[in-house]
Amino acid sequence: MNRALNTLAPLALIAVLLAIWEAACRLTGVPAYFLPSPSAVAAAMIENGPLLLGSAWNTLATALIALACASLMASSLALIIATNRLLEQAVRPLAVALQVTPVVAIAPQVVIWAGLAHADRAIIALAVIVAFFPIFSGALTGLKATDPDLERLFDLYGASPWQKLTRLRLPSAIPFMLEGHKVAGGLAVIGAVVAEFVAGSGGSQGLAWRILESSNRLQTAKTFAAVIVLAIMGAGLHAVLEAAERATLHRFRGR
Amino acid sequence: MTSVARLAGVEVVYGAGRQALGPFDLDLAPGEIVALVGPSGCGKSTALRLLAGLEDPTRGTVTRTAGRGETSVVFQAPTLMPWADAVSNVALPLELSGMDRAEARAKALAALDQVGLAASSHVKPAQLSGGMAMRVSLARALVTRPRLLLLDEPFAALDEITRRTLAADVHRLWDQTRPAVVFVTHSVEEAAFIAQRIIVMSPGPGRRVGQTLMDAPLPRPAGFRTTEAFRIAAETISRDLSVSMGAAA
Repeated sequence: MNRALNTLAPLALIAVLLAIWEAACRLTGVPAYFLPSPSAVAAAMIENGPLLLGSAWNTLATALIALACASLMASSLALIIATNRLLEQAVRPLAVALQVTPVVAIAPQVVIWAGLAHADRAIIALAVIVAFFPIFSGALTGLKATDPDLERLFDLYGASPWQKLTRLRLPSAIPFMLEGHKVAGGLAVIGAVVAEFVAGSGGSQGLAWRILESSNRLQTAKTFAAVIVLAIMGAGLHAVLEAAERATLHRFRGR
Repeated sequence: MTSVARLAGVEVVYGAGRQALGPFDLDLAPGEIVALVGPSGCGKSTALRLLAGLEDPTRGTVTRTAGRGETSVVFQAPTLMPWADAVSNVALPLELSGMDRAEARAKALAALDQVGLAASSHVKPAQLSGGMAMRVSLARALVTRPRLLLLDEPFAALDEITRRTLAADVHRLWDQTRPAVVFVTHSVEEAAFIAQRIIVMSPGPGRRVGQTLMDAPLPRPAGFRTTEAFRIAAETISRDLSVSMGAAA
């Protein structure tokens, strides 16, 4: 009973809000370019379904490629750095600087570097930059989060640095790395969309391009439809990564 | 007989001049079970780390004839690798020393059998109860057949019934290879039951306040706790402990 209520409550709220929105649009006669009614947004979504899905796939593919690149680069760098304290001190401020710099601020320059004909490369590069930090930070924290008593035991049993890395530190880091990837997945989508906006060339034909295109043409219903598809895609990716994290942790810890 | 390990006038001073231990002396004969009893922060665990070679003293000398491969430690927490099943946890010290994997696992299984956990060999730590996890930890410590076994308050987090069962287990397991054992504990009763020699330490910096000998043969039956010898020893240790706390006050 409680569970059913918990599921129904947000759905009911959404239904009520949509009904109020629909009624307000119809009663006030507000122009569709200013605020389209939910029914108009639904119609736009159906009408442009194949186009929006194709664009969503482009954005998703960009985000996934970026996530894979960021994962490889950030995990490798964390692994190298975790073995050397001085190196970590040197790299950490740079990594933080990279994280706190808004991607829109560096995007135009990255687009120029990638070459105007290769906007897709710039978009992937920018999404990689956004997704890099959570993975790097998670991996680095995890590699250093070993149980000190286990570390003492490894010392007592005369473990080599390689044995300590592969048999203690890497396995200890896995839960942290999974968390990092989950956060990075969402950020990679945001990074891809922001980069598409800034590149603005239409070369990538992602969801951001559909949003730009439709809003420039005052097709606001289509803009809303694209934003909704984007939100569903982001939530879906997050859900998939979370399920993967849970399943891996379950296998890892045996519960 | 030569000692397995000896602490001679050791002192440990941490940063800002905080003295954690000493001067402290301990001479450990082969096969002897010694308990270190004292309040929190008296340097019991520090003494244990010195014996294990995991830490160096600021002053004094540590002599050990038991090498690193012949020394095992059990900590207050079971300290198992959460991602590895029981048998892999127990096989760890053997595998790290370069033993063939199959042979190491066979020995680990035998060690788990000794602590009554052969049936749980493929279970991961999260699925074990506190007492079972501590048994796995004991099996891991004993699988290398150490000459020196260091137990750092291993039962502190367990309930009374489990503690008593495990105390009897320690005697039974000790009887198989008879390593020298140093057992750090807060509990007067536990020390009097398990050890042949009980050393009471003062609050930090830990120094020896008193020593009680318990010559009742090992392993001791559960009924030993109701004997006159046990009662007298427990009283003596308690008195030493009161003196140690009084000295601090």
